[in-house]
Amino acid sequence: MATNSAPAVSVEGLSKRFGERLAFSDVSFEVGQGEVFGFLGPNGAGKTTTVRTLATLIAPSSGKASVAGLPLSPENGVEIRRRIAVMPESPGLYLGLSVTDNLACFADLYDVAEPKDRIAAALTAVNMADRAADPCGSLSKGLRQRVALARALLSDPQVLFLDEPTAGLDPAAARDVHELVDALRRRGVTIFLTTHRLEEAERLCDRVAILNTTLRRIGRPDELRDQLFARTLTVRTLEPLASPEQLLASVPAVESWSPDGPTGYILTVSDPKRAAPALTRALVGAGADVLSISESRHSLEDVYLELVDQGAAPA
Amino acid sequence: MRWQLNRRRVRAVFRKELRDFRHNGNVIYSMAILPLIFLVQPVVQVFTLTSRSASLLHREHSLLYMLAIPVLVPATLAAYSIVGERVQGTLEPLLTTPVRREELLAGKALAAFVPSVSVAYVVFGLYLAVVELFAKPGVASAVVRGPDLLAQLVFTPFLALLSIWIGMAVSARARDPRTAMQFAVLLTIPIVAVTSLTAFNVIPSSPRLAVLMGVGVLVLTRLGGRLAGAVFDREKLITGTR
Repeated sequence: MATNSAPAVSVEGLSKRFGERLAFSDVSFEVGQGEVFGFLGPNGAGKTTTVRTLATLIAPSSGKASVAGLPLSPENGVEIRRRIAVMPESPGLYLGLSVTDNLACFADLYDVAEPKDRIAAALTAVNMADRAADPCGSLSKGLRQRVALARALLSDPQVLFLDEPTAGLDPAAARDVHELVDALRRRGVTIFLTTHRLEEAERLCDRVAILNTTLRRIGRPDELRDQLFARTLTVRTLEPLASPEQLLASVPAVESWSPDGPTGYILTVSDPKRAAPALTRALVGAGADVLSISESRHSLEDVYLELVDQGAAPA
Repeated sequence: MRWQLNRRRVRAVFRKELRDFRHNGNVIYSMAILPLIFLVQPVVQVFTLTSRSASLLHREHSLLYMLAIPVLVPATLAAYSIVGERVQGTLEPLLTTPVRREELLAGKALAAFVPSVSVAYVVFGLYLAVVELFAKPGVASAVVRGPDLLAQLVFTPFLALLSIWIGMAVSARARDPRTAMQFAVLLTIPIVAVTSLTAFNVIPSSPRLAVLMGVGVLVLTRLGGRLAGAVFDREKLITGTR
């Protein structure tokens, strides 16, 4: 992740209310230049509304933000939209028009110089150059998603908002989109990705924010795991240990332990990398037949469920 | 509404609309069927009137009857233009581009204006050709009168523009295209009523009336443009709130 210069997106205390209904409240975060930033949350959490607000489609009720170096305001709407691109959840293509005609229209709307070259480059980037003349209505959902991504790339945006880019796609099509996002990351494009596919966020994002009307937590996936879950080692032996209390207490990095079946032990440790070798030496020294020592891994899904379902305190 | 227009963006919307129209059954119906409906009665009249009864036509203004075409055709096209994008899911990508509200409205208005005014003039032309070629002696001179022809030529684009703004204002607030088209047609009925009543001499035509109507149409067109701009709200269009 590049960390140079001002943030690509900066949000401070942003809220949006539709009458009595609160879409999102008091949201603050920053997205660095060139960062792939994941915005996670259940349906109705306010993810899409946040994207629409940052894309100047919706006016915030309170708070402030800057997008692509410009303060979020109605006066800056046109210029902000010129610097960003949004790929909504639904591709929103003109199905009666060809792929090229769809892109040509948007190239003109973005005032793109040398539109033919840009269209060709965008289609090549999404591996759709050979389908340029096809009507969009004849394409599969995955291919339409690619065309929508090509459309978003036409203007060479500083910030690219991808709203659920793989929703409804089969695994192969979703993998294609992931590869495209990876390619964009390598080109240094700042990407704001909303999703509720956690494996997608874990694979693609430098940092993630978890939103459920309020922002629950923000950080790198491994940081969030460390913040929320104790680090543990699981030990399996051939026979039960003769005196596990005495043996495990003798290893300095082990903070506590609990049995996991007759020959299993779950150990809470301060640092698994330091604890595992010391523990192995202690077990072997005590004559135990060690079958395995493994670090328990918590997925981003565990983090997400912990924060969303149990209503953790806002960050 | 202060109009700031980037020509390239207006042209992009205009072209896209025209291309999109070709794939839209409602649009094709409006462009083809409505003008025919308003062409049939005058043509039948031309074929059935004898030279002796042609004097009856001096009390009517058959050409003005066809002013309903530039009112109804663009109203239906414009009524589809925004809500149609909404139901297709194409409105959000469009609104996330740098296109300004006025550029979008201008492009869409132009795309409704050009084909409907063209169709209206073509239908008038056809009618005049039929009259000149097939009408009995005396009928042609009773139908084709200079002031009526002038009124036809002058009022057609302005009535089309007025009805486009009405259609677009309806479209910006409607939830489905069919309702929007029906409601837009309903709102333009008073205009059709005035032109038809004038055509059948219920409202006696005169140069003074023509000038008054011209001024009225211009004022209403300006108000219509403002109304369409005022009801076009990105947030409401995207979120579906009213």
